[in-house]
Formats: sequence, C-alpha cells, structure tokens
Amino acid sequence: MSNENKEWPLWEVFIRSKAGLDHKHAGSLHAADAQMAIENARDVYTRRMEGISIWVVESKHIHASNPEEAAAFFDPAQDKIYRHPTFYNLPDELKHM
Amino acid sequence: MTQVSFEASFQKKIDEEIMIEPQDYMPDEYRKTLIRQISQHAHSEIVGMLPEANWITRAPSLRRKAVLLAKVQDEGGHGLYLYSAAETLGITRDQMLHQLHTGAAKYSSIFNYPTITWADMGAIGWLVDGAAIMNQVPLCRTSYGPYARAMVRVCKEESFHQRQGYEIMLSLAKGTPVQKQMAQDALNRWWAPALMMFGPLDAVSPNTAKSMEWRIKRFTNDELRQRFIDVTVEQIRILGLELPDANIKWNEERGHYDSSELNWDEFWNVVKGNGPCNKERLATRVKAWEDGAWVREAASAYAEKRKTKKAA
Ligand SMILES: [Fe+2]
Ligand SMILES: [Fe+2]
Repeated sequence: MSNENKEWPLWEVFIRSKAGLDHKHAGSLHAADAQMAIENARDVYTRRMEGISIWVVESKHIHASNPEEAAAFFDPAQDKIYRHPTFYNLPDELKHM
Repeated sequence: MTQVSFEASFQKKIDEEIMIEPQDYMPDEYRKTLIRQISQHAHSEIVGMLPEANWITRAPSLRRKAVLLAKVQDEGGHGLYLYSAAETLGITRDQMLHQLHTGAAKYSSIFNYPTITWADMGAIGWLVDGAAIMNQVPLCRTSYGPYARAMVRVCKEESFHQRQGYEIMLSLAKGTPVQKQMAQDALNRWWAPALMMFGPLDAVSPNTAKSMEWRIKRFTNDELRQRFIDVTVEQIRILGLELPDANIKWNEERGHYDSSELNWDEFWNVVKGNGPCNKERLATRVKAWEDGAWVREAASAYAEKRKTKKAA
C-alpha cells in the first residue's frame, strides 16, 4: 500500500505574479514529469489568479549555499557601507540627487 | 560547536524570532514535534474534504455547488502545501500517506462526525473553518519557516470558507421555520466538537509548554478556545439562533463568556477511533489511494517513456 520508491519526483515551483515582476518561489509539489508539474502548479498555487507564468525545476537540481558557513560566506559585504548612497555627505542644498 | 552550544544557539535564534529553515540545525525533538504536527495538519485538510464532498451533488443551487466545490478544492490544496512543508523535515510523502492509511497518524477528530443535513455545510464553514482560522492565524508566525509560509497561504484562503458557511446559516436562519430549525440543529451538533478542535485542556496537554518555548505555538489551547467562544457568541446572536449551551454567560470579572465543561470522554473516544465516522473516513481515503494506483503508475510509465525517447 505504501508504494515506497515509486514516489513521483519533487519539483520547486516559481511564479510570476504579474508582467514585469520576477518569478518567485511559491512552494513545491510532486509530479511525474515537467508538464504535469506545471499543470499541478496551476491548480495548487494559482487558483486565485496568483500567476501569469510558472517555472518548475526538479528539486534535486537546486544547489544551495551552506547555512553553517553563512557568516563567513557573506562576510565580504559586511564592511562595505560605501556601497550605499547614504554613506556620502553632500550639502543640504543639493535637492535632486 | 558542541551539542550543548548548538542547542543554545538554536534557542537563542528562536527567542530572537529568527525563523528556522530546513538546512539549519534543530534539536531532534523539535523536528519530531513538527513532523507530527504538520503531517497531522495535512491529513486533517485531506480527510476534511470528505464530510463536505458528501453534499456537493446535492447542493441546493448552482451557486452553492460552485462555492462548495471551490472550498473543497482549497482544502485539498492546503493538504498539499502542508505535506511539502513536512517533507522539508526529512519524511517522505509516501511515509506520511502510509501513516494515515494504516491509522498510525491522527487527523482532527471533527471530521469523524457525520454531515446529515445541508445546514451542516453552513455550520462546518462557519464553526469548523472558524476554529481552524483561530488556530492557524498565530501559526503564520510559527518558528519553522516552511510551515509559517504554508500557513500564510492557507489563512488567505480560509476567510471565504468561513464567510460562505455563515451565509448558508444566515439564509436558513431567515428562512422557513423548518429551515431555521435545521440551522439550529446543526449549530447544536457542531458546537462542542468545534470547541474540542483546540485540543485538550491546558492542564492535561503535556506538549504545550515545549511547543510554546520553541514558538511553534504562541497561544495555549484554552486561550484560543476562549477567544473562539467570545467571538462566536456574537455571531450566533446576529443569526437569531438560540445559544447551543445554556451555561453560556458573560463573566464581567473575567471579561469572557463562561460555558459548560466539554465532554472530554467523548473527545478521547473519538481520538481513539470510536467516533461515528472514523472507520468510514479512513476506508474512503484508502480506497481513493488504491483506486488511483493505476493512474500513478501510468503517469510514471509515460514520463519514463518520454525521457527515453528524448535521450534516443
Ligand atoms: Fe483548510
Ligand atoms: Fe477551510
């Protein structure tokens, strides 16, 4: 009854909610192939017009950064506050910049 | 880091309201508690489709039928969001379904009660989905990221479920005396089981303290139950129906409504599998799974065939 090992693969679903916006991760689901994953994603994640475009990718193809190394990995950006516009001291009379 | 420091930094994150994500360290007990809670929640959404599916073909109008279909379809979707959230903790979909089908996993006891009249569709949407919303809104901020995100989605969709139920009750309550009686009867039957949805009394709920510490739960069973009673009494008045419990009375001192003790023997009896519909619900689920076996196999075979064709 449990049908072990015959489970359909897992897919990650990305949805563009409207024209001009990025596809954003919405969730995941099981499907036998990509076509079925897209159709299932429509029924599971866009029942209320939440999307105009769907991407699916098999979960096993996603590679992720390691959360345990996050501190060291993202460290290079930590001390570069000059990358932000607020770092610069400009006179108050300068209105439009 | 040592085990102790792992656990200390985990609890520190929780206390700072930093969400835990699938690849992060978490204590085994936290993982186990979440797997149990999320999978039970998923099973409840799936089994929860059955009592209402019972009335789809007999809905009194095309509008009611379309609404009920959409609601039941949403519940199926909720089950799917939650199963995928549980899968991020290392249990497979098949394992969860196996636990459901063999009776090893529980689902909400409310779905082991029968739906005997159309008014039950009203009472379920209003009271059962209402109680579920009361439980689920705080879960949108639960400490495990995938569970919290699934709950945000679920909560957005639940509000129509409750409103459509209340609308059914309103039509019946303003209808003929027989219709009004039907609404009253449904309210009377669903009231206590709906209150039991919040779980056992805090005094006998041993998991509550740990779940609160881990911010899986943010309010206790009794707190949520009281909140539900307080808002629902007003809704009963607007319907013009009698209160389903003679002991419901405003308590000035507490600032809450008092009400009767619930029959916890009945609750535990239904949890143990002896409710009016436990066997029927489980049998229906197992049959659906088994009847669908050839569809799953055919889809896998078709996918396999296309893959080899592409490779060739
Ligand atoms: Fe639901
Ligand atoms: Fe619902």
